[in-house]
Amino acid sequence: MGTVFSFDVRGGDFEHAVAEAVDWLHHVDETFSTYRPESVVSRLDRGELTLADCPPEVAEVLRLCDEVSRASHGYFTSHPDGRLDPSAVVKGWAIERASRILTRAGAVNHCVNGGGDVQLTGSAAPGSPWRVGIAHPLRPGELAAVVTGHDLAVATSGTAERGAHILDPHTHRPATALASITLVGKSLTLTDAYATAAFAMGHAARDWVGELEGFEAFAVTASGATWHTGDFPELAILAD
Amino acid sequence: MRRAIFAVVVTAVGLVLLLSFKPHDLAVAEPPSANAGPWTGDGASLGDDTGTVVDGDVTDTRWGPVQVRIVLSAGKLTGVQVLQAPAGTSMDVAINDRALPILDREALTAQSARIDTVSGATYTSDGYVRSLQSALDRAGL
Repeated sequence: MGTVFSFDVRGGDFEHAVAEAVDWLHHVDETFSTYRPESVVSRLDRGELTLADCPPEVAEVLRLCDEVSRASHGYFTSHPDGRLDPSAVVKGWAIERASRILTRAGAVNHCVNGGGDVQLTGSAAPGSPWRVGIAHPLRPGELAAVVTGHDLAVATSGTAERGAHILDPHTHRPATALASITLVGKSLTLTDAYATAAFAMGHAARDWVGELEGFEAFAVTASGATWHTGDFPELAILAD
Repeated sequence: MRRAIFAVVVTAVGLVLLLSFKPHDLAVAEPPSANAGPWTGDGASLGDDTGTVVDGDVTDTRWGPVQVRIVLSAGKLTGVQVLQAPAGTSMDVAINDRALPILDREALTAQSARIDTVSGATYTSDGYVRSLQSALDRAGL
């Protein structure tokens, strides 16, 4: 499945840094894509490779999957259909790493958006925070909220864009309570993975995210109502 | 079989869209003019349709046909528009709104809410990506 990534770098010309980040994303695709039969992860899943044969980032990603699975009481899983598929962790992790590549190269004010999951650093303009719109899942073209901040990660999980079902791993039935849920945190790796788990949890995500240190959530339910965790309004402008 | 898709194009506002099927060379558009100031916090705008357009294939998806159009200026990509999108999907908005699909300038409050990026529905569907790829191929980018 194709994913569109965008890099918005402010305050200077950092073409070289972006090129390096792009190379990184190509490497991630070759290693982790479950759509490529010859990718490292596909071969690992078929037993053609052991974990020790794989690049170290594979073990790192699988450890992250385990960590997120435990933290989410199994609502996140790296084997959603029985096959190894760490994609939900890989995307946020890859984007966050791409962001670090940019920062190390001196591009300290940037926004990296991969398929709607975003890692932001620094400022959009001198003294101005970034402004991240949250697409309304039920009303095309509208925003449900705008999140603002300097160094933050925003990840939205839902069915709006693909129509595909995210399954509740406990019931194996589609998670239907929410149209979308957006998590805001510092690091996209966990923010993205937690957003996926939160969507599968439905309304229970409100308490779950409420307990998590460093994350806030905003959800649009299947009927179009919204809820959010306690400190979310401090980060955001909400529609009335 | 199309696989994960990456290619790099730079829009007129300094936003780099990463999209590819085959490895593409970096296609760098002209950076925003000096008048815009050193930092371009304005978000994407394709208000002026200067340059040429190249239409991608109409791609069938399970929800209906998708077609995108790319806008070129002096041989460089400066924007993307959605020409056709299945009714009721979030891609519909871009047909009447000429903003780059990943940015949405829809006002949230009475004042217009200028935003830098959008989280959530962002046209990452396979149909959109395939049509966009075909337009890039057709344009020789």
